[in-house]
Amino acid sequence: MTYALEISALEKTYKGGFQALKGIDLTVTKGDFFALLGPNGAGKSTSIGVITSLVNKTGGKVKVFGYDIDTDLEKAKSFIGLVPQEFNFSQFEPLVNILVNQAGYYGVSKSVAIQRAEKYLKQLELWDKRDEPARALSGGMKRRLMIARALMHEPQMLILDEPTAGVDIELRRSMWDFLRELNQQGITIILTTHYLEEAEMLCRNIAIIDGGEIVEDTSMKKLLAQLDVETFVFDIKVGATLSELEHFAKQSPEIAYRVVDDHTLEVDLNKSQNLNQVFAQLNVGDIEVQSMRNKSNRLEALFVSLINNKKSDSKAKQQTVAVGAK
Amino acid sequence: MNNSIALKSILTKEIQRFMRIWVQTLVPPAITISLYFVIFGSLIGSRIGEMGGFDYMSFIVPGLIMMSVITNSYSNVASSFFSAKWQRNVEEMLVAPVPNWVIVAGYVGGGMCRGILVGLIVTFVSLLFVDIQLHNIWVIIATVTLTSATFALGGLINAIFAGSFDDISIIPTFILTPLTYLGGVFYSISLLPEFWQGVSQINPIVYMVNAFRYGFLGISDVSLVTAFAVIIFFIVTLFTIAMVLISKGIGLRS
Repeated sequence: MTYALEISALEKTYKGGFQALKGIDLTVTKGDFFALLGPNGAGKSTSIGVITSLVNKTGGKVKVFGYDIDTDLEKAKSFIGLVPQEFNFSQFEPLVNILVNQAGYYGVSKSVAIQRAEKYLKQLELWDKRDEPARALSGGMKRRLMIARALMHEPQMLILDEPTAGVDIELRRSMWDFLRELNQQGITIILTTHYLEEAEMLCRNIAIIDGGEIVEDTSMKKLLAQLDVETFVFDIKVGATLSELEHFAKQSPEIAYRVVDDHTLEVDLNKSQNLNQVFAQLNVGDIEVQSMRNKSNRLEALFVSLINNKKSDSKAKQQTVAVGAK
Repeated sequence: MNNSIALKSILTKEIQRFMRIWVQTLVPPAITISLYFVIFGSLIGSRIGEMGGFDYMSFIVPGLIMMSVITNSYSNVASSFFSAKWQRNVEEMLVAPVPNWVIVAGYVGGGMCRGILVGLIVTFVSLLFVDIQLHNIWVIIATVTLTSATFALGGLINAIFAGSFDDISIIPTFILTPLTYLGGVFYSISLLPEFWQGVSQINPIVYMVNAFRYGFLGISDVSLVTAFAVIIFFIVTLFTIAMVLISKGIGLRS
């Protein structure tokens, strides 16, 4: 089977000895919407840099749609569209020129490039700014410009490194819709983001990288199924007093309630419990709920626990080595 | 992949860049050269008399044109490529399937265009001060083309290594300008003592200026064959160095 991306034993050690990637293995199937998550400095951008040939690897193999970047780099590059984390276009050139030139680097003729520039600038609501220099754009517009630029050669795989960083909620949601549409057209999308909600909403598969190693590589569904406890926040209608809420929480030991204040109640639910039980108890206690929400993003909880587990494991290993050395 | 489209894109971008800022790129050489003509040509030159059988003003014209070509072809690539590195838009080319030779040819072509365009402007300005003779137009075209390519390649290598804007002014200030002034622009090297004539032989600009002067006046301190051999040697050497640096990603890839 040919994958959109196939990485094996990928290593990168920077000058000075810092090992950013410690032999990672990763595959992304064609047409996937894939999330690559990790804390700052985990190795996400280095991985993307190696795939797009902006970073020289020090070991391992990378294949893009079956083409090895060591032997068929130009062919491999032709499949990839990159939306980098930092703005990396000429600030002084008009938008249309940036897009048409970028298409030219991929061998797209000027007449076709002009048509595509119009199409993507309109889709990304930048058409009115087409003749303005890029420095005149707002942060969100610059992000959209980079997406348009990455699409100019109509790549089969789009890699987005934190594409919605610093973008307001409304714009972020319209970008999500745009990316979903691209994915539905068959474009493989690899996304790194700090907004875990974004990954949860968009991506089917996910890899979590930390300290240059892949700590999880699975489907979003399976990952979320690992979640043992989910926390809900209930906004209580004015009427109940703090002591009444505390009394209610003590009377229901089978469900873990926490009273935050006289109008906020938190509850941790494990897999064997459900919200119906909670509402039944609230009814019995004559407590009226105004609204309810998840306390935190579900993926965020898992992400934190996976990263913490890895840190504990490596600490334990270090201690074992230290004891062994004694 | 159509490499000619990629090459044309880089070249177009480069030409658009220096044309967009024409006040910074095309006007200053015209002003500088006018000052050279007024000071060295009219005021001082009239007291010098003839050099190489020609009045001093006519003698220095080819050297001054060549000096502008050298400076502009070098600085165009050095500043443009370094700006692309600094703004990181060089990554637009690095992630694309553009062969390294196309990147080198595109930037060098842009530098050559500016160098030759400035050379033409300076030639027109010099017509205000002196009647220009033409001895061999093909030697003029060949020399200006090859010299601009040589220094555009030099500017590219400078930009690849440069880590700051200071680094792209060090070579022009401390190496290029002294070599140009000592390259026979203002004098015939036959006037120098024997020792300094020997030293001048290792200055490549001497060969470029003299070949160019031959095209205009039919006189040269060096043989034309040697001059072209030296220029081609430098082009091949600098092109090879530029290709190796870009292939290895020196200063471009981490």
